[in-house]
Amino acid sequence: MTESPSSEPEPPSPKPRAAAAGNGMRLVVPLQGVVQGRGGLILGSLIPCALFYFFQLYLKRHRSPKRPPASSSNPPSPSASSPNLGDLARTSSRSNLLGRGSIGPVRLSSRGMAIAKPNDSPYYVGLEKVAGDPFHRVDNPDGIIQLGLSENTLCFDLIERWMKENLMDSLMGGDGAELSINGMATYQPFDGLMELKVAMADFMSRVMGKGVSFDPSQMVLMAGATPAIEILTFCMADHGNAFLIPTPYYPGFDRDIKFRTGVELIPVHCRSADNFMLTVTALDQAYNQARKRGLKVRGILISNPSNPVGNILSRETLNELLDFAQEKNIHIISDEIFAGSLYGTTEEFVSMAEIIEAEEFDKGRVHIIYGLSKDLSLPGFRVGVVYSYNENILAAAKRLARFSSISAPTQRLLISMLSDTKFIEEYIETNRRRIRRMYELFVGGLDQLGIQCAKSSGGLYCWANMSVLIALYSEKGELELWDKLLNVGKVNVTPGSACHCIEPGWFRCCFTALAEEDVPLVMERIGKVAEMCKSGQ
Amino acid sequence: MVFKLNNQLLSRMAIGDGHGENSSYFDGWKAYDSDPYHHQNNPDGVIQMGLAENQLCFDKVEEWLKKNPAASICTPEGVAGFKDVAIFQDYHGLPQFRNAVAKFMGKVRGDRVSFDPDRIVMAGGATGAHETVAFCLADPGEALLVPTPYYPGFDRDLRWRTGVQLVPIECDSANNFKLRMEDLEAAYEMAKLNNIRVKGLLLTNPSNPLGTILDGDTLRNIAAFTNENNIHLICDEIYSATVFGKPDYVSIAEIVDEDRKSGRNGLNLDLIHIVYSLSKDMGFPGLRVGIVYSYNDVVMNCARKMSSFGLVSAQTQHMIGSMLSDQEFVEEFLGANRARLAERHGAFTGGLGRVGIRCLRSSNAGLFVWMDLRRLLKEQSVEAETALWRVIINEVKLNVSPGSSFHCSEPGWFRVCFANMDDETMEVALGRIRAFVAKHKEAMKPARKLCAQSSLKLSFSGRIYDEFIMSPRSPIPQSPLVRART
Repeated sequence: MTESPSSEPEPPSPKPRAAAAGNGMRLVVPLQGVVQGRGGLILGSLIPCALFYFFQLYLKRHRSPKRPPASSSNPPSPSASSPNLGDLARTSSRSNLLGRGSIGPVRLSSRGMAIAKPNDSPYYVGLEKVAGDPFHRVDNPDGIIQLGLSENTLCFDLIERWMKENLMDSLMGGDGAELSINGMATYQPFDGLMELKVAMADFMSRVMGKGVSFDPSQMVLMAGATPAIEILTFCMADHGNAFLIPTPYYPGFDRDIKFRTGVELIPVHCRSADNFMLTVTALDQAYNQARKRGLKVRGILISNPSNPVGNILSRETLNELLDFAQEKNIHIISDEIFAGSLYGTTEEFVSMAEIIEAEEFDKGRVHIIYGLSKDLSLPGFRVGVVYSYNENILAAAKRLARFSSISAPTQRLLISMLSDTKFIEEYIETNRRRIRRMYELFVGGLDQLGIQCAKSSGGLYCWANMSVLIALYSEKGELELWDKLLNVGKVNVTPGSACHCIEPGWFRCCFTALAEEDVPLVMERIGKVAEMCKSGQ
Repeated sequence: MVFKLNNQLLSRMAIGDGHGENSSYFDGWKAYDSDPYHHQNNPDGVIQMGLAENQLCFDKVEEWLKKNPAASICTPEGVAGFKDVAIFQDYHGLPQFRNAVAKFMGKVRGDRVSFDPDRIVMAGGATGAHETVAFCLADPGEALLVPTPYYPGFDRDLRWRTGVQLVPIECDSANNFKLRMEDLEAAYEMAKLNNIRVKGLLLTNPSNPLGTILDGDTLRNIAAFTNENNIHLICDEIYSATVFGKPDYVSIAEIVDEDRKSGRNGLNLDLIHIVYSLSKDMGFPGLRVGIVYSYNDVVMNCARKMSSFGLVSAQTQHMIGSMLSDQEFVEEFLGANRARLAERHGAFTGGLGRVGIRCLRSSNAGLFVWMDLRRLLKEQSVEAETALWRVIINEVKLNVSPGSSFHCSEPGWFRVCFANMDDETMEVALGRIRAFVAKHKEAMKPARKLCAQSSLKLSFSGRIYDEFIMSPRSPIPQSPLVRART
């Protein structure tokens, strides 16, 4: 607060301009005069009053009034894969009738308003478009092929066969008391049944390589990795704090982490020169910049295998990360949801759990996120895991799990399935094999079109460099290409800008929801667009 | 091995006690968990009467599930549909699920009103639904008015992560705890005077813990009030299918419908929201089916996006979708539900009445009674109520919920749940109450001494404590135990 009349005051007008400073001065000085009992009473009171009045008028005019509900059709969520999702467009909602007695616009929360705004990220827009015109080999051969959703449908036959062979007694269980409705429908522990935790711990160690074991008592189960990451965020960061996150990253994090917690994501840019691998230098830089901005960094969020690139972090990198976290006294959250979806043969996946088992390390700052949506292809069942070495975080997460518990019958089913270790081993191995096959076909196909992909070893997608096809080497150019691919080529891919990639021209293409015979068609369509771009259209 | 680390690494939320589990009222739960009643194995154990679960119609559900194995998808019969369900994570929800739930909600209201399936938004149980609505309607520091006595879980569900405040409107027994317009208006004005920004009013109708319903006129007046003051009206109708006697239930949906059909259009529908769940009406808390039904499109969109944090498992959606589409089953279920609740309620209140214990007379819904034990209190104070409660847990061996945990302004009332047990257990419970009342009549002083002496430090291993903290039965927030679930 400036005291002396000679200093520059802050102009009260909403649009500070250079001239306003002068006006402000003229305003404040008379006010000072009034306050100090000197002359300028009229000016001192009239001018502020007048300005105040005009200020209010300005605000009133510019405050957006509550408009009648705008959207006539609601965009579907990021995974519109069900054929039933035909008609989501609905008729325009009933007009906003302000009955007699209603005062002014209806007030919602500010965060509610922010969240309700339609999402214009190409990630969501693309998913919406596919929902409106989904490709189907027989029913809709000209529809849009979905390559923007990391789903895996390659091994459903295995699960279906398992169910036919094992679930003879149906959900109720012939004489299995556990499967009785009483055991299923009543309240269960909010953080998941212990049997499921045991089964998940076993599954995770099989998936992540036998070098690591997981302790069920360090686990909190919840309805998907989406609530898992949000809950972990609530436990370790306050509103206004921040996480460092290497780019490019999964677009969903912008929602999962920021929506309700108020925590910010600070990008740590990775470059193609490093094959988009995270470097401590970049991490350090980002950390310092955040500090300068006055942001308190509470943790680093990495995904390993990474999404959207598909990198596996090396032991060295993981160790460096741990050292960095230790030095700055922050958390590390390792999202290892794709750990079982590996196709690389040269590198081995190493879980954060394995690294810290080996070292004498301050484990309380390490947390792992997992789930069954990718490795077991069950996104609809909503199964996520928070695995932590910090008992305080675990305790807090357990309590928060009540808002996102896994449905009891689903837990029961999974206990059965995951306990069949022979089946699980077969599944994991077959899954990897089939993903590898699709990867080779897909990346090979792209290669023939002159499109190179980043070196990757895991995930359900590849990270393709289509910068040769874009006219303008910029985000705009990239989005134009994305648009062509979507609307002309009828192929939905995720542009790097949606993933906050700092280099334009990269696209994530998911290939595990395709059948082998669809790949040539995909390549044909992409090829067509490539031709268009090359010929300058 | 699990490490403790410096508190610097924890958020305020993690350190704080917004979860409410540090309350001393845990004792009731501890008592039950360490000594649960069982017919054969532990006939002297504590009977759980603090859990509002509806187990009266499980046989109907079991029967249906046996007859329709394809519904649960994960059966040899249902496996054909497995793939589509397993992959389905669209936050709009399976259309069949939404249609079935909308129809069910209409049926519960006697088909007097219909619900739009497109407005059905999922949430992680009613717990998640309430939190979502609070997130959508109010910013940290803003408030919701809630008539007392109310479900203790609200203190956690509506406030913890949202930062929203709750302002109680005290109702008292003089008029059967019914919400009076003057009290509502006074509370609203008082909040304004204290610079508390009230964004809405939360009604639970049928009420927990009272088991009463609001009549149409009162509901209309309340809606007119919130409408006039431009604040939201959130109606938690989670017990709507547990209305087992007269008068007939009136849902806010009917008030809305009436307003529209009459052409008056006096109500701004953007202010009206319903929270629902299958946990009470159908007895399915484990399925985690919470529903937000808002007449406000922006709230609906926002809630739908937030539903990503608490989607109902597609397997469950499919099962419920099939089950509730079976109109015949639904009608039979609802009929049996009402009949059995009426019977159980009658038997229980009758049994209580015979030993001179009164319950709130106007109660015709819910899975519990609001028992009046004021006459048994040494003095009309919360301490006396707590003392009596400890006696009931330790001597009578019944886990009931004291009124103070529901923020009841009058000491001496207790919520006692009766729908989570079989007839035999209920008889045992009544027997114990009879014995207690008889004893209490002769010995008032000793009862007091007992209270003072009784140490509530029951021995239990740390593991049980953990188990119990994790169990859904864990008491709620600041309020005493009471069913964490309503």
